[in-house]
Amino acid sequence: MRTTRRQFLSLAGSVTAAGTIPIVTLRPIDATPAMLNTAIRNVVGEAPIRTGKVKLDIPPLVENGNTVPMTVSVASPLTAADYVKSIHVFNEKNPQPNIGNFHLGPWSGRAQVSTRIRLADSQKVVAIARLSDDSFWQVAADVVVTLAACTEEVN
Amino acid sequence: MAAALINVPARAKRGDVIEIRTLTSHIMETGFRHTAAGDLVPRDIITSFTCRYNGIEIFHADLYPAIAANPYLSFFTVAKESGKFEFEWIGDNGYSSTASASITVE
Repeated sequence: MRTTRRQFLSLAGSVTAAGTIPIVTLRPIDATPAMLNTAIRNVVGEAPIRTGKVKLDIPPLVENGNTVPMTVSVASPLTAADYVKSIHVFNEKNPQPNIGNFHLGPWSGRAQVSTRIRLADSQKVVAIARLSDDSFWQVAADVVVTLAACTEEVN
Repeated sequence: MAAALINVPARAKRGDVIEIRTLTSHIMETGFRHTAAGDLVPRDIITSFTCRYNGIEIFHADLYPAIAANPYLSFFTVAKESGKFEFEWIGDNGYSSTASASITVE
């Protein structure tokens, strides 16, 4: 059978179309608010979490999610009777909800920790402090990320 | 291994609150990234950081893939006596690195 010009063009067109379909990279499922809650409950247990005392310093808009400076501080007198046991930081939409756990004590002088983190998407970051009386205090901050981290392709 | 940068004041007055800053060189590969060929790049991160002041643990951190490459940590303590701060990083694939810094407390 002779190939008509019309058939040839439609065939060539479909091959081109198939060729331009981007290679799909499978990404892990983002941490959902449910995963965030589970991660928080793993640390906190059933204890109530109150809002306050904790301060989270993080830029509200970051260009590069690969390195986001973050400082958590807790208002505490840091005496033997009243101090900060630990600070836990979580995120909402990275592949994993945990960012870090930091263990302090009455000797810390100032209940403050700084580090640099990765954020895969614009999302909420939650910091929770556990005080010596085992009460939990939290604060949340929203961060807008223009270039995501964690899941990009490796060149 | 000279892979770490430590910043501890050389001198302090007794009772001063001092800031300790540490930076160590590590790729902190998340284990969530793929190559262009679609292969998963295996996780390789530092999972644990400990700081001891004259042998007593004063700060400990559990790190996750969400910590940026070349982990930077800053924290505080009260200068109570002259001595040595020891730092230890432990990670995947048997990674272990230590560093130390000394302080004179007057």
